[in-house]
Amino acid sequence: MDFRALFQPSTMAVIGVSLQKDQHPANVIFRKNHLRYPVKVFAVNPKGGSLQGETVFKNISDIPEKVDLAVIAARADHVPDILSECIACGTGGAAVISGGFAEIGRIDLQETVVSMAREADFPFIGPNCLGIYSPSFLDSFFLPSERMIRPDQGNVAVVSQSGGILVDLMLKFKEESIGISLGVSIGNKAMIREIDLLQYLEKDPGTKVIAFYVEGFSKGEGRDFVLAAARCSKPVIVIKSGKSPGGSRAVSSHTASLAGDYEVFSQVLAQMGVVEARDELELISFCESLSCYQKPIDGKMGIITGSGGHGAMAVDVCSAHGLRVPDLTIQDQESIREGLSTSIKAIASLKNPIDLTGSAVDEDFVSAARSLSTMPEIDCVLMLLLPYLPGITSDLGARLSGIYQKEGKALIAYVPHVEKYRMLIEGFELNGVPVSHSIDAAVLMAEALRRCQPC
Amino acid sequence: MLKREIKEILHASRPHGWVLEPEAKNILRSYGIDVPRFTWAATLEEALHFVREHGFPVVAKVVSPQILHKSDAGGVITGIDSDALLQATFQKFGQMDAFAGMLVEEMLPGLELMAGAKVDYQFGPVILFGMGGTEVEIYKDTVLRMAPLEERDIPSMIGNLKGHPLLEGYRGSKPINVAALTRTLLAFSGLVMDMNECIESIDLNPVLCSPETCVVADARIMLNRAQKNGHAG
Repeated sequence: MDFRALFQPSTMAVIGVSLQKDQHPANVIFRKNHLRYPVKVFAVNPKGGSLQGETVFKNISDIPEKVDLAVIAARADHVPDILSECIACGTGGAAVISGGFAEIGRIDLQETVVSMAREADFPFIGPNCLGIYSPSFLDSFFLPSERMIRPDQGNVAVVSQSGGILVDLMLKFKEESIGISLGVSIGNKAMIREIDLLQYLEKDPGTKVIAFYVEGFSKGEGRDFVLAAARCSKPVIVIKSGKSPGGSRAVSSHTASLAGDYEVFSQVLAQMGVVEARDELELISFCESLSCYQKPIDGKMGIITGSGGHGAMAVDVCSAHGLRVPDLTIQDQESIREGLSTSIKAIASLKNPIDLTGSAVDEDFVSAARSLSTMPEIDCVLMLLLPYLPGITSDLGARLSGIYQKEGKALIAYVPHVEKYRMLIEGFELNGVPVSHSIDAAVLMAEALRRCQPC
Repeated sequence: MLKREIKEILHASRPHGWVLEPEAKNILRSYGIDVPRFTWAATLEEALHFVREHGFPVVAKVVSPQILHKSDAGGVITGIDSDALLQATFQKFGQMDAFAGMLVEEMLPGLELMAGAKVDYQFGPVILFGMGGTEVEIYKDTVLRMAPLEERDIPSMIGNLKGHPLLEGYRGSKPINVAALTRTLLAFSGLVMDMNECIESIDLNPVLCSPETCVVADARIMLNRAQKNGHAG
């Protein structure tokens, strides 16, 4: 099934606009797309009339152009008729925003819609969802533009069963400068489910990482999903809600008791190399680091810092996450020492973590990072940068990124996120190196690289 | 595909919802999984005949469709080393609900591991493996994998157990026979895939692993609801 009509439409109909209530979700959707996104937007309401000076079409079939995407925000009872009109006039697909289906017990209504769509090979998202945010194409979320925080265009695709979680994640992605390729709220996922989007996104050249917020799978759906995710050439991240067991069920075997729903979910994901994010911090960190690096590591960390305390903290966090910080040989230490400036040669500690001391300058960090990036004992470099040290300049981010680009060894930076240090941070980010705002999150970024392979 | 004799056992087990231990062991055996030598004695004479042939000590377990948790009901006696004790045990078990015989089997040494299976709603058949014995739910030292297992899964399953040094030889003890354990787990995985439409869960606990062998000393096969009602087949 071709989803391009859904995610990269040239034309879009918003069905169910109100002629009286300007705050109606359909009106919000019309307004925020009309003349603001490249997509050409048409409003539809059976009564006709005009909205913002534009014709309101009585029926989707009255629109003089072929419509790629129909965004349906009419009452649930009207959806089957609207869908059959969309199908009849060759519309490419739909996002059914309307609620009032399986989530309130109207399974019959949902099944009607699904069987119509299946028969016509007509893809639709939802119902009961926010729909699609496709940067530089469209935004079907019924949230006024001025209320939303939109991340930049990037390579992380997010698929969420919950619209609210998706909007919230987009806000946090923006904060961390993570760009997205597509955001889809799939709601009741009556027809298009996680696995369908996984298959589409695997082929989407704009997407490098695929993240899912999952509430649950139907019978056997989880199995199909993880098998597809295991075959997927791009990293797949999943966060699950509803981890705690729902009440105490009487179980008659040890296995049934030990293999609870979440235990199975979590361990099967790990078995298949799907990265499970256990909380929001993990999810954000994993998305950021996997958007930069898609190659798994074993987790042999080389740590560089200008503060012994930061090095020691990072070692603790690494070890709590099962990442190793191997000692460097005397030989390796000496080769690092050779590259350091005279003033710190005698005082720097080079065992790993490498503490270049507060007297280090840009050149020392660059030199040490270059050395670690060529050592086979290390497969990921953790750079803990404290911009208040006098020898560090704003150029360092971009310079260190250059080492990654040359040597290809994963580099993760920690820089305190305050406005004053913005240029240093952007020097990393704009050059494809992830930067975290805490040591813990930096270590999580490394953990993501270790976890994106079968255990 | 399930063999005919297994289908017959499952069919006969439907009314009580689980498979009696001697029959469960026969199913395991048909998949090439080792179990202790045992007899399902309907009479004391049959029990005595088993010890004449195989010697003491033996374990005796009550067989009854009413007694799922044999240990809790006092239906397991280990270390029986005389005719008198065997006789007393038989008489005691004979008083229990729906007594359907006594299982008498050889006692084997080995590290107590466990293997289990469950048909998960979202993910289908999964295999549980870990440290076994009666305390499994206290220590919870287990790993889960989606079935079917492949040979390359086994080392990581063992490596993920906290107790893995015990399998690899701890403080002078010899390592267990990993090849035998691997064979057992792969055969069990095959059984689970064949039976996944009929079962709810399976416990093989303990699985006794020694430097020489890997033997399943107890087996509980719980049938799923459809099977209990006779709809699946």
